[in-house]
Amino acid sequence: MKRAVVANGNEMVVEGAIDAGCRFFAGYPITPSSEVAEGMARKLPKLGGVFLQMEDEIASIACAIGGSLGGEKTMTASSGPGISLKQEGVGLACIAEIPLVIINAMRGGPSTGLPTRIAQSDIMQARWGTHGDHPAVALCPGSVAECYTETIRAFNIAEELRTPVYVLSDAFLAHLSTKVELPGKEELKIANRLRPTVKPEEYYPYDTRFGDIPPLADYFSGYRFHVTGLNHDKTGFPNIDPVLQESEEERLINKVLKRQEAISTYENYKLEDAQIVVVAYGSNASGAKEAVDAARESGIKVGLFRPITVWPFPSIPFQEVAASAKQIIVTEVNLGQIVYEIERIMLGGRAVTEIRNGNLIFDTRHPRSSAELSTVLQANGTPIRPNQILSQIKEVA
Amino acid sequence: MSVEYENYLRMNKFPHYWCPGCGNGVVLKAFIQAVDELGWKNNDIGMVTGIGCSSRASGYVDFNTMHTIHGRALAVATGIKMSNPSKHVVVFAGDGDASAIGGNHLIHACRRNIDITLIIINNWIYGMTGGQYSPTTPTGTIATTMPYGNADPDFDLASLTIGAGATFVARSSVADPIILKNYIKKALTHKGFSVIDAFSNCHIQWGRKNKFGDPVKLVEHIKSVTVSAAKAKKMSPEELKNLFVTGVLYEDKDKKEYTESYFDMVKRAQSQTKGGR
Repeated sequence: MKRAVVANGNEMVVEGAIDAGCRFFAGYPITPSSEVAEGMARKLPKLGGVFLQMEDEIASIACAIGGSLGGEKTMTASSGPGISLKQEGVGLACIAEIPLVIINAMRGGPSTGLPTRIAQSDIMQARWGTHGDHPAVALCPGSVAECYTETIRAFNIAEELRTPVYVLSDAFLAHLSTKVELPGKEELKIANRLRPTVKPEEYYPYDTRFGDIPPLADYFSGYRFHVTGLNHDKTGFPNIDPVLQESEEERLINKVLKRQEAISTYENYKLEDAQIVVVAYGSNASGAKEAVDAARESGIKVGLFRPITVWPFPSIPFQEVAASAKQIIVTEVNLGQIVYEIERIMLGGRAVTEIRNGNLIFDTRHPRSSAELSTVLQANGTPIRPNQILSQIKEVA
Repeated sequence: MSVEYENYLRMNKFPHYWCPGCGNGVVLKAFIQAVDELGWKNNDIGMVTGIGCSSRASGYVDFNTMHTIHGRALAVATGIKMSNPSKHVVVFAGDGDASAIGGNHLIHACRRNIDITLIIINNWIYGMTGGQYSPTTPTGTIATTMPYGNADPDFDLASLTIGAGATFVARSSVADPIILKNYIKKALTHKGFSVIDAFSNCHIQWGRKNKFGDPVKLVEHIKSVTVSAAKAKKMSPEELKNLFVTGVLYEDKDKKEYTESYFDMVKRAQSQTKGGR
C-alpha cells in the first residue's frame, strides 16, 4: 500500500536505508547532509543497530567498511569536502569488494565553497575520486521520493555487486520538505549479499568459481579469511602476477559494466517526437521538466532525458535519443561535468560494455549524433531556474 | 607447556617478509603465546592492521584478518568490534601508523575505551618506506628525512594514550619477550581499550644510520634506554631523563567500556515509547 509522508531528502535517505536493512552507520557532521546522521542516530538504537559519530570523515568510511565485513549493511554520509576525505576508503572498499553505501548531499565547492547552497559538484568525484582504476556506481535521485527509492536501490546494488555505491543528492533535495508518496513496503525489493555455502576450508573471498562476484563471508562466522587493500589473488593475499592482476582489475570493472543495462536507469520525458533533447539530472531535472512543458505549450518539440544512474552513464539509451535529435541541451548545476560524457557519446564515443585483455569493448549498436550541443550551466549556489532552460530551448528551436 | 604455533599461523605464508633479526617476530610470537595461554579460539579473534612492516602481521595469523590502509586500522577495527561486540579484536600497528597518520583514530579509540587491544611495534622509524623519521624517532638521531639529526621532539606513546583515556597501558620491549607476553595477555583480557607500547629493533632502517646496525647491539641499546617501573620508583627525575619506563603504566578497571555503554544506550532507546529528542 502506498504511503504518503511529509519529509525532506535527508529524511527520506534515512527511511530508505532503514527499509533496505541498514543497521550500521558511521558518519561525521557536515552541511548539508547532517540530518542523515541525525536521523540514523534516532532510528538505529531503537532497532538495536549501531550509530557511530566518528572522529573524522576518514574514520567514518573506515568504520563502515569494518562494520560491513562484520556482516552488517552499512552506510556513511557526507558532502563535498567530506567526500574528498573519504576517497582513500572508497578505493579500499572497491578493491576489497566490500558493500557500502555513501550518501553525498552535494554542495558548492571547491574547498569549503558554498556549504548551504546547491551544486551538482561531485559527478566526476563520484566517478574518478579515488586513485587507480576502479568501478563506479552513482545514483542521482531527482526528487525527495527518489531519495528513498534510490537509497534502497543503492543498498541492493552494493550488496549484489560487492562494491561501494554513491547516492548523489544535493543541498536542495536534502533540505526540501515536501509531500512524498512512497511505494508500499510489500512492493520493495531488498537484496542481500551472497554468503558462502562451501565448507570453511574451501572458502576463498575472491573465488570466481561461482561467478564474477564471489560470495562474502561475515567475519567470525567460521570462515577465516584475509582482506587487504593490496592487489590480491582469490585467497585474498597479496599478489603481483601481471596476468592475474590484469584479469582481476578487469573483473572489478566488468562486474559493473556487464550489468549496466540493469543498473543504469533513466527517464525519457516527452521524447517521442522531440527534436530538442534537454539532459538534466537530480533536483535540476524538475526545473528542466517545467521548461519542457512550457516549451511544448508553445509548440516546440522538446523532451527531457534524465539519467537516474549517472555512473555507469546510461549511454545506450542516450544514444538512441541523441541519434534523432537536432539539438541537445545539457543543464547541470556546475560548470560542466556530465556534459563531457554527453559530448563523448555524441561524437561517437560508445558505451563500454567490457574491458577484455586491455581492450575496451564498445557497444556498436548506435551511430554518432549529428545534433548541436549547447549548455545551461551554473555554479553560483542557486538553482537553475526553468526560465533559463526555456530561453535556451527557444534559442535553439 | 609448549605452544603449537602452527595452530595460529598460516604456515603457507612463510618465510615471512621481515628482515633477519627483526623484532616484529618477537612481538608476534609473544602475542600468539598470550592467545594460546588464554585458550582463545581462532574463529573468535579479529586482527586488523594498517600499513607498514608490522602491519603485515595480519597476513601470518589464522584469524579473521584485515590489512587496511595507512593509519586507519583502529577505525576499521571499531566497525568490526561494534558489529561483533562479543568477539576479540586486536590491532597491530607501527609507531608511524598508530601515532602519526593514525593519531586521531588513536586518541579517540582511547577516549571511547572500546574493548580493542592495540599492540604498537615501536621501532622509532618508518621501516617499509626506507627509514624516514617517525614521531617516536629519538631526537638528534639520523633518518633519511633527518640526515642532520632529528630536530623533532619524540613522542611518548604511553603518556599520550593514558592522557587520551586508554584504561590499560603497558610498555615492554623485545629485550624482555616473556614480560612482553605477560603484558599482552593482561591487555587482551582487560575490558576496555588496552595499549602495548612494544619497543622493537629496526637495525636496518634506524640502526644502520645510528651505529646500531647489529640487531643484538640495538636490543642492548633498547635495554639501556628503558628502566622498569620498580627501579624507576627509586630514581630521581634527573636520573630518569631520557629513559623510558617499562611496566604496566596505567590500569583503570572502573571506566565503562564502550560497547557496553553503547548497548546500554540502545536499551534506553528501546524502552522509550517516544522517539529520541
